[in-house]
Amino acid sequence: MGKTLFEKIWESHIVVTKQNEPDLIYIDRHLVHEVTSPQAFDGLRMNNRKVRRPDLTIATMDHNVPTSDRSLPILDQTSAVQIKTLETNCKDFGIKLFDINSPNQGIVHVIGPQLGITLPGSTIVCGDSHTSTHGAFGALALGIGTSEVEHVLASQTLWLEKPKTFEVRVEGKRSNPHAVTAKDIILSIIKNIGTAGGTGTVIEYRGEGINDLSMDERMTICNMSIEGGARAGLIAPDQKTFDYLRDREYTPKNYESLVDSWKDTLKTDSDATFDKQFILDINDIAPQVSWGTNPGMTCDVDEPIPSPDEYSNGDANQKKGAEKALEYMDLKSGTMIEDIKIDRVFIGSCTNARLEDLIEASKIIQGQKVASSVNAMVVPGSQMVKRQAEEMGLDKIFIDANFEWREAGCSMCLGMNPDILSPGERCASTSNRNFEGRQGNGGRTHLVSPVMAAAAAINGHFVDVRKLDLN
Amino acid sequence: MEPFENVKSIVTPLDKVNVDTDQIIPKQFLKLVQKSGFGKFLFFNWRYDENENMKSDFILNDPKYDGSKILVAGDNFGCGSSREHAVWALDDYGFSVIISSSFADIFFSNCFKNGILPISLESQIVEKLLQETSPIEIDLENQIIKTSSEDISFEINSHKKKILLEGLDDIAQTFQFEDKISEFEEKSTVPSVL
Repeated sequence: MGKTLFEKIWESHIVVTKQNEPDLIYIDRHLVHEVTSPQAFDGLRMNNRKVRRPDLTIATMDHNVPTSDRSLPILDQTSAVQIKTLETNCKDFGIKLFDINSPNQGIVHVIGPQLGITLPGSTIVCGDSHTSTHGAFGALALGIGTSEVEHVLASQTLWLEKPKTFEVRVEGKRSNPHAVTAKDIILSIIKNIGTAGGTGTVIEYRGEGINDLSMDERMTICNMSIEGGARAGLIAPDQKTFDYLRDREYTPKNYESLVDSWKDTLKTDSDATFDKQFILDINDIAPQVSWGTNPGMTCDVDEPIPSPDEYSNGDANQKKGAEKALEYMDLKSGTMIEDIKIDRVFIGSCTNARLEDLIEASKIIQGQKVASSVNAMVVPGSQMVKRQAEEMGLDKIFIDANFEWREAGCSMCLGMNPDILSPGERCASTSNRNFEGRQGNGGRTHLVSPVMAAAAAINGHFVDVRKLDLN
Repeated sequence: MEPFENVKSIVTPLDKVNVDTDQIIPKQFLKLVQKSGFGKFLFFNWRYDENENMKSDFILNDPKYDGSKILVAGDNFGCGSSREHAVWALDDYGFSVIISSSFADIFFSNCFKNGILPISLESQIVEKLLQETSPIEIDLENQIIKTSSEDISFEINSHKKKILLEGLDDIAQTFQFEDKISEFEEKSTVPSVL
């Protein structure tokens, strides 16, 4: 019987295997950031251990860094200590670091692909759940905890139980791909499979709807696999993948021969079977807006907010969850999404802060102004994205529209730096989690695509971007 | 890691589904560079109001549950962020067993690295345990939960059970396979980053 892409990558990375025990899997790339690594380095020190493969390990600072003027000192002392700690750890253990002043600094999942560090068929880990992003290149990319970070630093391996396989097939073509985006596809998938729908599995996204996507869009899809509960998400590499990674700063010297070897092997065999399957038809899907406190609580932009009964389908616990969510969000069932007013707009995060995201959002706002009641900001995913956008004049479009144009980082996706919502503020956000308090204690997050966020900024409330002329 | 020992205590019923790690330990506490001292921040936004006064309606603030070592919660516990700080906070607060109808993968794995036993049971049993007011006993060796009225058996992967019971250091175990790792590296075709 044939094998899935995931099974091929897994099997080619087994170092030790025993019946009824986890496999010891070799890790080809380890990405490190300031928040989930200090305790791992401490563990190494306590046990007199070193980093086994500094040449497979890359670090940057993203979660904590201010996105305002970088020439100023970091005011938050605990953040400053954590950033300093990463610098010291990288120096002591010989790890390459893109620090706050590096032209390569940025969100770890944005810079990996941009620098050609992410490679098809490889295994990639990072102490961050959105590591799944790199799956867009046909890599098996897993988010891990700090103990596992320490384990990988010390041994370049991980003990892992083999996940099950989950095929998510995306069929059809979007009639308006500028209005209905990759973000809307992945939110639709999560709405349908649920936030635990992918637990214990690695998703492979397949089908015409996936093949049609650009690499930036594929990263948005794979990024949110974790929001569907999956261990990882991946997409088989194709010509777009190979072209994207060519001639990047860290693209391997023998790249073309690697591509030749990937072309034949990195795909699911036609007779392979998956443990689970879900099919989404995207011919008629609408822009999505989350209304609750997890990413599965999402509906179409032209729909009313569902009642807890409609949402929960008879599950008493889910119903209770929906009631709590509506209370937290200060929303009522039956309210039309387009009638929801917003206070803040955040265009950023490892989900949606790549160059294409900024280009699409800028088209919406060109020549217009952010509504006077709204405070809006753009936080490019990396310093490289920022430079590229500036070369295209996008910064001017955003600034002219009264958006704040910031330095790269995770920023208001999780609010570890000064970019946070105040209690009660409502935000249209291109990030990945609408959990209670995620963007600031008491803050209310609605997950949307970059174009939906941009349109909401201009109008002060959500609007269906399909109604706008986007060509 | 200390070996896991049997636990007897009343349960703290947290009757919520999809409890994410942002709720277990909010972001403002992720800036610390050590593993200890997270217990006081556990469920911070649910435990305290904006003036950092205890909210009387949150279960952890009910003195009845002081000293409880067993947390029982709804489906998909520990979803979201990979932050191991969530497990450190639960551990530091005093919980050594978490019972739910399902766990998110990364959280589940993080538990075993810190000597915490996550037990997955059918929803109806979890519902019953949420109502349990007498102390219950967790016997990991025999995979049994003893309540005042019955014995409930639970499943656990034999390898994970061994890690907890023996308090094994993962990395020391892995170093026994040093030759296999080197052998793998010799034939690997994936180039270095630098």
